[in-house]
Amino acid sequence: MSNLNTILTIAYRDLLKFMRDRPRIVASFIFPFVIILFLGESLDASIGQAMGYDFKLFVFTGVYTQTLFQSAMLGIISLLDDRDNDFSQEIFVSPVSRYAIIVGKILGESLVAMTQGIGLLAFGIVIALISDSDISISQGLSLIPVGFMACLLGGSFGMLILPKLSSRRVADQIFPFLILPQYFLAGVFTPFDNQPRFINALAVISPMRYAVDLTRGVFYQGTEDFSRIVLAKPLLNAVVMMGMFGLFLISGTLLFVREERNR
Amino acid sequence: MPPSIEVQHLVKRYKQSERNAVDDVSFTVEPGQLFALLGPNGAGKTTLVSILTTTLTPTSGRASILGLDVATQASQVRREVGIIFQNPSLDLNLTAEENIRLHATLYGLYSFRPTYASMPEAYRQEVIRLADIIGLGGDIFRPVKQFSGGMKRKLEIIRSLIHTPKVLFLDEPTIGLDPASRRNLWEYLTTVRNGNGMTVFLTTHYLEEAEQSDMICIINHGKVAAYGTPDAIRTQLAAQAYLLVDAADREGLRAELKQANLPFEETPKFKISLANQNAHQIIQRIKTPLSLVKTYIPTLEDAYLSIVGAANE
Repeated sequence: MSNLNTILTIAYRDLLKFMRDRPRIVASFIFPFVIILFLGESLDASIGQAMGYDFKLFVFTGVYTQTLFQSAMLGIISLLDDRDNDFSQEIFVSPVSRYAIIVGKILGESLVAMTQGIGLLAFGIVIALISDSDISISQGLSLIPVGFMACLLGGSFGMLILPKLSSRRVADQIFPFLILPQYFLAGVFTPFDNQPRFINALAVISPMRYAVDLTRGVFYQGTEDFSRIVLAKPLLNAVVMMGMFGLFLISGTLLFVREERNR
Repeated sequence: MPPSIEVQHLVKRYKQSERNAVDDVSFTVEPGQLFALLGPNGAGKTTLVSILTTTLTPTSGRASILGLDVATQASQVRREVGIIFQNPSLDLNLTAEENIRLHATLYGLYSFRPTYASMPEAYRQEVIRLADIIGLGGDIFRPVKQFSGGMKRKLEIIRSLIHTPKVLFLDEPTIGLDPASRRNLWEYLTTVRNGNGMTVFLTTHYLEEAEQSDMICIINHGKVAAYGTPDAIRTQLAAQAYLLVDAADREGLRAELKQANLPFEETPKFKISLANQNAHQIIQRIKTPLSLVKTYIPTLEDAYLSIVGAANE
């Protein structure tokens, strides 16, 4: 009960802060919209026909997952802001489990990311209607739980990286190196096939890859595009994601608490 | 009953540092005492507070709060202490009430509720009471970023007391506050202390704040330079107390002092040490009409500067 209390309290604080930060809300919607609108349209016109499936939907499912993963991951950096603003002291001197604090933080940033996700989904529905895509309501709704899983994985991945970051400036320099390669390793914009062996090896350890593939696996489940687009079975992706989440959460929290106390 | 705070041979050396930030420090704080930790910037005060409040692990030595070890029983220690950090630790994006609610739920006083209206009646009454004490009234529902420095400090103190800690740590609580806010804040703290007999551990640069304390510990370069009551620490400088006299008839006064065997120094006024005698006795022995009589008794600030200065030499 006490841990649940902590998790909800910490998560709600993040959600509340997001809802009061209008510039952040606007900015967080614009980037994925631009990507889907321009990049998706452009790729669809250039290589979409050759692929034999609706490329805008392919890009949409990729960008949707990548946005959620990345938003939750970057949201975890706000722990650095809390440290710089000295607010983290107030949280970390309270008599609650460190794991509960971190889980609350990841949950909070996941909820923040999901508010973006819901907006993106609405946008996706509009695209589907315009392009006359054959998409069912259940397909659209299936993106919500897998999107949430992507958030949790992204948040825990951010937690794994966070302990070694000394400041927001360092985080801003490091995170692009951790995020941008994953766009390609996860096949966010283009299909991930016929890659050199070392790229394949890197893709195996890329957390975003499993999140993107799970989204597409669930979205394209039962359609003829499934075998052409999805890399692994959804269950396998889900299991790997859960394993990674647990591993990142435990090791990230241990490292973070140790770094904070053993300065 | 165990001491409120017990520190034994505590050492802290930060990573990549070549010297100890806290170096073999020992002291005890009894229940109900106001304990002042003094020292120049970088002396190790905040490091010591961080260790005692469990946010930093010591390199060696032992520290306990109410008999609970800060290293191995950190969670239990956290339940017993309240902390006002050197830098404000409020969430400026939240309202004052939301900051209090966050603290209250993290300390397990109430279950999480997303809004003030959904919180139990007892909590809502407590918040209104606290808002009156702090002088905020309805402003308690406004974002903290709109508050003055003094208001933020007071809010932090109220927040830190809401779980009724047995030991309150104040790490330079009045830094950056104007004199009126400082006085106001101390009046409030004194009222709280008198009401619940809480132990207060204070670090400060303001010596007049330390004057009120029961015990003082002065640290410099991480080491204890002096430890005792304010009077005991001042007494260390008793030899520096003197009487300053002068007269229109300076020749007569000089001769009289020599005749009375009272050692003096001309600065150019006549400076007589009070190390072994009091001012009244000396004045009684002087018959020459005096134009100036002034005593100088070292203050805690003099003692502090002398102790820290001597340690630096």
